[in-house]
Amino acid sequence: MTTQPSAKSIPPLTERDDDQHAVGGGLSGFDASAEAIYVAPNWKLVWWRFRKHRLAVFSGVVTLIIVTIALVPGFFSTQPPEQIDSLRTFIPPQRIHFFGPDGFGPYVYDITGQRNPTTLMMEWVPDESKPIPLGFFVRGYDYEILGLIPTNIHLIGVSDPAIISPVHFLGTDRLGRDQWSRLMYGTQVSLSIGLVAVILSIFLGVLLGGISGYFGGWIDMIIQRLIELLQSLPPIPIWMALTAAMPRDWTVEQVYFAITIILSLIGWTTMGREVRGRFLALREEDFVTAAELIGCSKPRIIFRHMVPTFMSHIIAASTLAIPVMIINETFLSFLGLGLRPPAISWGVLLQEAQNLQSVATAPWLLLPGLAVVITVLALNILGDGLRDAADPYS
Amino acid sequence: MSNPTPLLSVRNLKTYFDLDEGQVKAVDGVSFDVQPGQVVGIVGESGCGKSVTIKSVLRIIQPPGRLVEGEILFNPDNGGGQGPIDLAKFDPNSKQMRAIRGKDIALIPQEPMAAFSPVHTIGNQIMEAILLHQPVTKKEARQITIERLREVGVPSPQDRIDAYSWELSGGLRQRAMIAMALACNPKLLIADEPTTAIDVTTQAQILNLLRNLQQQHNTAIIFITHDLGVIAQIADYVVVMYLGRVMETGPVDDIFHAPQHPYTRALLESIPTIQSAPREPLPTIAGSIPHPFNRPPGCPFFPRCPDFIPDTCNAQTPTLQPINQRQSASCFLYHDEAEEN
Amino acid sequence: MLQYIIKRLLLLPFLLFIFSVIAFALIQAPPGDFVTSYIAELAAGGSAVEQAQIDALREQYGLDQPMTVQYVKWITRILQGDLGVSLDWKKPNAELIGERLALTLLLGLFTFIFTWAVAIPIGIYSATHQYSALDYFFTIFNYFGIATPTFMTALVVMWLAFKYFGVSVTGLFSPEYIDAPWSWAKFMDLLSHIWFPMVILGLDGTARLARVMRANLLDELKKPYMEMARAKGMSEWRLVMKYPVRLALNPLISTIGWYLPLLFSGSVIVATVLNLPTIGPLLLRALITQDMFLAGIIILIYCGLAIIGTLISDILLAWIDPRIRMEES
Ligand SMILES: Nc1ncnc2c1ncn2[C@@H]1O[C@H](COP(=O)(O)OP(=O)(O)O)[C@@H](O)[C@H]1O
Ligand SMILES: [Mg+2]
Repeated sequence: MTTQPSAKSIPPLTERDDDQHAVGGGLSGFDASAEAIYVAPNWKLVWWRFRKHRLAVFSGVVTLIIVTIALVPGFFSTQPPEQIDSLRTFIPPQRIHFFGPDGFGPYVYDITGQRNPTTLMMEWVPDESKPIPLGFFVRGYDYEILGLIPTNIHLIGVSDPAIISPVHFLGTDRLGRDQWSRLMYGTQVSLSIGLVAVILSIFLGVLLGGISGYFGGWIDMIIQRLIELLQSLPPIPIWMALTAAMPRDWTVEQVYFAITIILSLIGWTTMGREVRGRFLALREEDFVTAAELIGCSKPRIIFRHMVPTFMSHIIAASTLAIPVMIINETFLSFLGLGLRPPAISWGVLLQEAQNLQSVATAPWLLLPGLAVVITVLALNILGDGLRDAADPYS
Repeated sequence: MSNPTPLLSVRNLKTYFDLDEGQVKAVDGVSFDVQPGQVVGIVGESGCGKSVTIKSVLRIIQPPGRLVEGEILFNPDNGGGQGPIDLAKFDPNSKQMRAIRGKDIALIPQEPMAAFSPVHTIGNQIMEAILLHQPVTKKEARQITIERLREVGVPSPQDRIDAYSWELSGGLRQRAMIAMALACNPKLLIADEPTTAIDVTTQAQILNLLRNLQQQHNTAIIFITHDLGVIAQIADYVVVMYLGRVMETGPVDDIFHAPQHPYTRALLESIPTIQSAPREPLPTIAGSIPHPFNRPPGCPFFPRCPDFIPDTCNAQTPTLQPINQRQSASCFLYHDEAEEN
Repeated sequence: MLQYIIKRLLLLPFLLFIFSVIAFALIQAPPGDFVTSYIAELAAGGSAVEQAQIDALREQYGLDQPMTVQYVKWITRILQGDLGVSLDWKKPNAELIGERLALTLLLGLFTFIFTWAVAIPIGIYSATHQYSALDYFFTIFNYFGIATPTFMTALVVMWLAFKYFGVSVTGLFSPEYIDAPWSWAKFMDLLSHIWFPMVILGLDGTARLARVMRANLLDELKKPYMEMARAKGMSEWRLVMKYPVRLALNPLISTIGWYLPLLFSGSVIVATVLNLPTIGPLLLRALITQDMFLAGIIILIYCGLAIIGTLISDILLAWIDPRIRMEES
């Protein structure tokens, strides 16, 4: 026991085989050099943490399904969304039965309508003697995948080409249009409006927030005052006034882009604040000082060193911003100020259910609202999961 | 020299945290005694379980942590009266336990900067401690508070009493914290690294202050630090901890001049390194706390130990045993008592 | 403190000026001026318009002059208390807005109180009982509350009430009181109706607030001062209420700044669905019929309410948080 151990020769306390964060340590200054910190790429760490959040992963899957629908709504539809049938108005949703007399095989019952002599409304009842068999990957009306590949294959539809009566999983509206198919196309418009508006917001937010946070001084001052001003405006009336000012003769595309611009006009401020805050915090970090000391150029520091470190925050923040945009578009269109027919969005669809009378006649017209709720829910939970994974300490 | 009825006697204390990743045995069988009026220093690296030990004594461990077993025998009236009470048996939030916390056992916490609420004045918070345990009016409590602040050396206490903690300098804040801990004349004062976050001169003043107050009131103190230099200045008796276990105990002179456990020796070796290290609180320490997740089997220190005995140290866990008149150690170099199982 | 409030108040006219410019720009945004749409409307109604009358209107509003002059004319008239006449309703704007504004404010305040009274206890409970069954329930409730657009809730509840109870939950008054002069009975009637739009309008905010409160409080519960307060021997309940709840509320106070205006203006949609006599539906109709002067004044009112909301939250925050008080003065 004569040889006293030297502090330097003491090996690290524990070597963990777990690669998330190995631990070394000691008294402060005891053996700092022995700290073995395994450096995994940031996105990998984020992914590992995200995976643990089951509900968020599930929401991610739901989001993927919704995105797929938005990409190829035609594939999921059973009818052209514009197809009007004055003889088949206000048909309630037709229930899908999965097990028929001969085992598995989805089918719906055909429906027959009778006019109620007192209310003069059509009343629809399923005709149990006439099952309509359904099939997967059946041929139906022609559409184009992503506007490029013409095809007529649909995920689900009437499998027997001899049967002409169409099926309505979510019923029909006052013009006899198939609500299921319209919902599929509405998904494309509503989701993409949210996405485009958020991309615009991110662009503005990262640009202005980044400039503000990185350069500071009077630039920061001006951009901050602008953000404060925009944020103190009451957004809803401003959006309403702006959308109401769109000329009536604009095309659907023009209106579509105008709405995304209008929504991101105020939406970028949140993103701008977020980015600025990150920049301010990062500017103090050692690795940025180090990069400055070895003479990296400013753009290089910003884009090579700073932006990657908060990329995951931006992704999480935008995932949380998309549902806000979706809801905003929905209510504008619902009020008749946003997209107008013949465009189809969830808001436009819900316009059919604007008053008690139509809801009482055809409650299924409220179903597009369920699509809104599911989508927003999935995106919110996904976004929360991503944010927690990106930033476990806050 | 060994008093038959210690003020506090901790026996085989175990506190575990049940986390998703696994169980952290933060404190795993800690025993030590505190005699009335004695200053006991607990020393060990960050993360070795010092704070958890004293939080367990105060019964303020929060879930996911829980006190698994052990006795915390507290004997406030020094032999007379009803004898020791086992704090481990109380419900943490029970009336009896709360009557002891803050009154008989007081805490000076690890981060005095953050231990005051920023939106309440320090006077408000000190008076609260008094009003909780003493049958006095608000006015009297305020008077006592001013008195206490004066006692710990806060200049013009009648004004400072209405200050917010962030308006005070680090040293003053620490003094205010001490005033709060002393508000009800505790029998036992627990100071958890009270000087870690302040500069060296202030640190010396605070140590002096604690020493003086301790002598005036004959308060027993458990003083926690990772700094052996501080231990040398203030403690009578030393408990050396490592990964949730006590490695060695003994009077301060013996520990410094005749350390027995290889770990204690390693610590003493490293003193110069400690003093050359920067004094600021290091936020990065958190990352390097050794997690007792994968605690090595056997003696926790064996992977770093220069006197490692193969097939013994990594197979069995030594227990804390007296190894001479004054010191005890938990090491197979001195005895072969192992923990069963 | 006083200094701080005065500083804020001095900023008011400046903000109001900027907002009035924005409101003016908004009402100028639609193509053509309102006289054009007025003529179109009259023509559609079959009545011919005399050129003299058109010119008189143009002159009165200075439509043939540059924008700045028009703005000055517009704002001076408003400042003099002349809110103009609605071309659509053929009534003075002031008359149209008056009572509706009061009802809008009342609904907003009720909803605000409802939101806080429900959300804060939920947030406190959830944070102090993290991962308990009720915490999970509230978390799910909050997610749904945030994900459901208010008008959806309004539509669904309205439909359910009609279908299962045969009652119509629209409006703020029973039919017999709609045009009646104000009386105690009418006020009581209002109270018996207002709770429904209040709950619908408040659900979303309640969910958000409860979520934020829970998160803030969870953060605060980890702070070292909690340990210290426990070590003093305080009872858990008392100490939670005194320290972390108090501190977790601070950031929420600053949300009043945008939440209050949001309530006033956010009621547009619910008010439209539920057919409430507030200024929201008035704005919608004014925008659709291009009754731009009415729309402009309503937007200006919303902006004013937004400023007041921010002011209230700033002052409250300074009052409740000594750190901010220090910083600002
Ligand atoms: N609230 C907690 N949750 C999980 N683990 C904890 C908690 N508090 C402490 N621990 C663990 O207990 C061990 C001892 O911590 P502590 O007593 O604070 O160390 P120190 O000796 O530095 O005061 C550490 O490894 C830490 O990881
Ligand atoms: Mg500690």
